Amino acid sequence: MARKKNRMVQEVNAGSMADIAFLLLIFFLVTTTIASDKGILNVLPPKVDPNVPPPDIQKNERNIYTILVNANDDLLVEGEYRENANGLDKDVKAFVLNFGAPDEESIALYNSLPASLQAEARRDPESSDFPAEAVVSIKTNRGTSYEKYLEVLDLVKKAYFDIYATRANLSTDEYRTLGGKNDAEQALIDKGKEGIAMQISIAEPDKLGSN
Amino acid sequence: MGKFGKKNKVSENIPTSALPDIIFMLLFFFMVTTVLRDQEILVEQKIPQATQLQKLQKKTLISYIFIGKPKNTSLYGTEPRIQANDALMNTGDIVQWVNQERDKLPEADRGGITISMKVDKDVKMGPISDVQTELREADARRVLYASVGKVLKD
Repeated sequence: MARKKNRMVQEVNAGSMADIAFLLLIFFLVTTTIASDKGILNVLPPKVDPNVPPPDIQKNERNIYTILVNANDDLLVEGEYRENANGLDKDVKAFVLNFGAPDEESIALYNSLPASLQAEARRDPESSDFPAEAVVSIKTNRGTSYEKYLEVLDLVKKAYFDIYATRANLSTDEYRTLGGKNDAEQALIDKGKEGIAMQISIAEPDKLGSN
Repeated sequence: MGKFGKKNKVSENIPTSALPDIIFMLLFFFMVTTVLRDQEILVEQKIPQATQLQKLQKKTLISYIFIGKPKNTSLYGTEPRIQANDALMNTGDIVQWVNQERDKLPEADRGGITISMKVDKDVKMGPISDVQTELREADARRVLYASVGKVLKD
């Protein structure tokens, strides 16, 4: 008798399965926020010890590329007024690869660069001596908008990543997504960076003309 | 005309038996990618755009800090505020918060703690620089300025 009963109900009705799945699907669609952990990485300088006076760094003016942004989001790049940041990446690139007065080590570096980067070297005596000396300084005001600051930092980073990528024979996007997961990737990263460190100095904003 | 009529009769409906499977596949995709929000954002968040985005390998090292104009202006005012975890806090509390976050990490990773700053576009550099000063004080110097990809026009 029991057997007979079992035979009568042979399978569960699965017709509404799709509906149930749809319902769940819609729930997850609505609640989803795809987490974005992307951004511009920056390493802050170590904190200042009040007992130790700041080191007196003597650096030639020509080795520092100064970018000032005021409270109106106007730019002053190397003493020249600019309305917007367009083309800043190219100028920074030219500054870093200037090779105005290279020493022995940087001549070797210069010779190791691909031809397209060698062509960037203008050997301008008024610009940076060699990449290891070159520093890009960004100074903002307390009233500068965060958006402008990020735009400038973004362009400076772009200049460096462009150089790295060209050295590693990759496109800039490919180079940036290298994670260093394995030795081959790490080797590519090192190949790009070698001898040309990303030296971006972010000065403390001044207080003029803001809240 | 007759030709069309004949053709239609051959196959009348699409087989839908594979539909649940497809739906389930989508469902699983969304279930896996979903991160259920465990905190409510109390400040405005219009994340700025940038091009040179980098992704961090170890997501566990990231702690989030939100800066922006409070959504509830009648309660918190219109000046940009800082939010970490669930509540708004003052600039002076950041050091303590960073230390708490760092203690959650395994010992070996504590040096690599990264603060992801999710800052609203309209915030000025003043509050951000204050936060950064505090982060330097707390020795959490790796900072990620969260931003979304920009679509280049050229």
